[in-house]
Amino acid sequence: MKKKALKQDPAGPVWTFFCSVRLTVVVLLALAFTSIIGTLIPQNGGDVFYLQKYGQGWSKVFMALDIDDMYHSWWFLTLLAMLAVNIVVCSIQRLRVTWKIIFPKKIVFRPDRFRRLKDRETFAASVDNGEIVDRFQGFLKRRVGKVTRQTLEGSTVLFAEKGRWTRIGVYVVHSSILLLLVGSVIGGVWGFKGRVSIPEGDTTDVIELRQGVHEHLTLDFAIRCNTFDVSFYDTGAPNEFKSNVTLIENGVEVLTTDIVVNHPLRYKGISFYQSNYGIAAAKSISLTMTSKESGLAFQQDIEFNKAITLPENQGSFVMEHFVKGYNFQGHNLGESFVGKVTAPDGTESEIVIPVKFPTFDKMRRGTFAFAVDHFEKLYYTGLQVNRDPGVWFVYSGFILMIIGCWITFFMSHQSYCVEIKDLGKNKVMVDVSATSNRNPQSLKLKTAKLALAMKELKS
Amino acid sequence: MNSPMLLSITTFVYAFASVLYIGSWTFKKKFLSTLGIGVLITGFLGNTAGILLRWIESYQMGYGHAPFSNMYESLVFFSWTVAALYIFVEFKYRERIIGVFATPLIFLAIAYASLSPNIADKITPLIPALKSNWLIAHVITCFLGYAGFAVAFGFSIMYLVKPENTQEGAFLSKLPALAVIDELTYQMVMFGFLFLTIGIITGAVWANSAWGTYWSWDPKETWSLITWLIYAVMLHLRMMRGWNGKQIAWVSILGFMAVLFTYFGVNLLPGLHSYA
Repeated sequence: MKKKALKQDPAGPVWTFFCSVRLTVVVLLALAFTSIIGTLIPQNGGDVFYLQKYGQGWSKVFMALDIDDMYHSWWFLTLLAMLAVNIVVCSIQRLRVTWKIIFPKKIVFRPDRFRRLKDRETFAASVDNGEIVDRFQGFLKRRVGKVTRQTLEGSTVLFAEKGRWTRIGVYVVHSSILLLLVGSVIGGVWGFKGRVSIPEGDTTDVIELRQGVHEHLTLDFAIRCNTFDVSFYDTGAPNEFKSNVTLIENGVEVLTTDIVVNHPLRYKGISFYQSNYGIAAAKSISLTMTSKESGLAFQQDIEFNKAITLPENQGSFVMEHFVKGYNFQGHNLGESFVGKVTAPDGTESEIVIPVKFPTFDKMRRGTFAFAVDHFEKLYYTGLQVNRDPGVWFVYSGFILMIIGCWITFFMSHQSYCVEIKDLGKNKVMVDVSATSNRNPQSLKLKTAKLALAMKELKS
Repeated sequence: MNSPMLLSITTFVYAFASVLYIGSWTFKKKFLSTLGIGVLITGFLGNTAGILLRWIESYQMGYGHAPFSNMYESLVFFSWTVAALYIFVEFKYRERIIGVFATPLIFLAIAYASLSPNIADKITPLIPALKSNWLIAHVITCFLGYAGFAVAFGFSIMYLVKPENTQEGAFLSKLPALAVIDELTYQMVMFGFLFLTIGIITGAVWANSAWGTYWSWDPKETWSLITWLIYAVMLHLRMMRGWNGKQIAWVSILGFMAVLFTYFGVNLLPGLHSYA
């Protein structure tokens, strides 16, 4: 009979396929297990990285299956799309049935259904003081809700129910997931993620987009980094990164503010986050030159690209630039200065002066060993620049999901039935039973409590 | 008395509580489990005091932050949430002996924090990214979620250990009826699922205010999603396909393995959440 019903479904086999819970389970498990891959294999590493780490065979497989960016691969997105269709179809299918339960035209109670229940509370009572059924009815109304009363042969039955609407909870959860998916699609299509590095004092209106290689976007306004500050705790751990920036629109300064980690700047739907920082340049460099021959040390303050004459008639030196990390035979020497020595005979040689290793240049065995004593750093601030018009859909989804889960898990549709059997001689037998669409254990305790209260109500 | 010392003492109180529960079960003495809940509550109070003391100490040191920032503090808080949830369940469902598999988890978590040489109990300042009120909301909700799954795991083990037909007075007969254990497992998973959901959401909102993306497929984020998906599957199997008993117990154990990996295993992978 079930088969026949399915065949008659006007939407056909595709509909039937998508409205099965088995498909939900398979898709959810597939999403769970494929997600693991992305946590084990680093994402967005670039072709060379995979070739070096996994060899040619595997890296080819990875490229073919988009494993290097698997959460955006066609097959992962297909799984998400299948989940979305599955949720929609399942929900429509079930809501057709549940709708009639949630909003019935007429509520019908069948005492037989309650009489078959295993868990029931029974107690005897006497009807001495007044109309016992009325008293129970009033009690049930206060505790549960509207009471329906039926008189059967030899007994009176009272029904009350609450939480019929809670059956809608699961659909709230399902729609919240759809909202999350819609929100992320909107963000992906109409939003962007980019970054910008601005040295202190500089202004820019161009940001580098993360999608694609070196794509740029020009904003409607410019941003200037006034200052960048980093403060440290006494332990040496960073305390706060702070950029003071000014937004300039059509040549007018519209806003000056600080950007701190966790306190982004939002302007015209675009958000700026403090994401990194670094040293853009150095000024007021103090250089020490130690002569190999005499062992004398000379100290001098220098500027970039301004040649100085070396002592003891050993030629000239010019400081050319500053690098954040200098690679020396596979080792990163960290912040380093790069300069050029011109010997009296005209031969030029490039020298590297790592800040952290002041004796490094001695190994060169030149006429002078160069070291940098101190210098002033000019920072650049690294800001992440994002626009995500889908975020409000996602946030609405979040709220709906919490509400929906709460309703689905912790609220239920409960129906209570109290049957009062007349035993004659002013004696009655009271039977309290209840059903619920979830959490039978808690209902059992509730029913017992209710029966106890009713028993005490009587005396 | 400083917080690590108080929490070390708490570790032994919890150990005593689990010994009492296990003793009550093996020797079929009810008063041992009654004593067990008393000791457990004592441990819980010590645990609470330890967390508060640590909070105060961090202010005294000038760092001033909620004690949820490193592995030590998170394990201590994990014990606290499992203990709180378990005590609540025992009072709500009036089953004394169900702590036999849950209380050792409380003890193990705090023992790992207090006794492992790899876990430092020093109070350190917060890095800039963690300085947010979302930290408190995110950590509390995630750990309530973990606690729900941990207690469910304890119940699942109990379900699998208990034979279907036990004779009166037999070794395992003191455990509650299978149907009750099954229902409790399910309740705990629902509790855990709701709070894991809120935990993921608070994390996402926080990430959006700190980095501008509510989801970046960081390994811990991804593993929390994997955990969420496994429990979502479990709830569907239970609600829609009528799975219960042993089948559900096994899925709950699988889910808890995912929780453990999300909690500990992810630290082996690079990402924003690693507790270095």
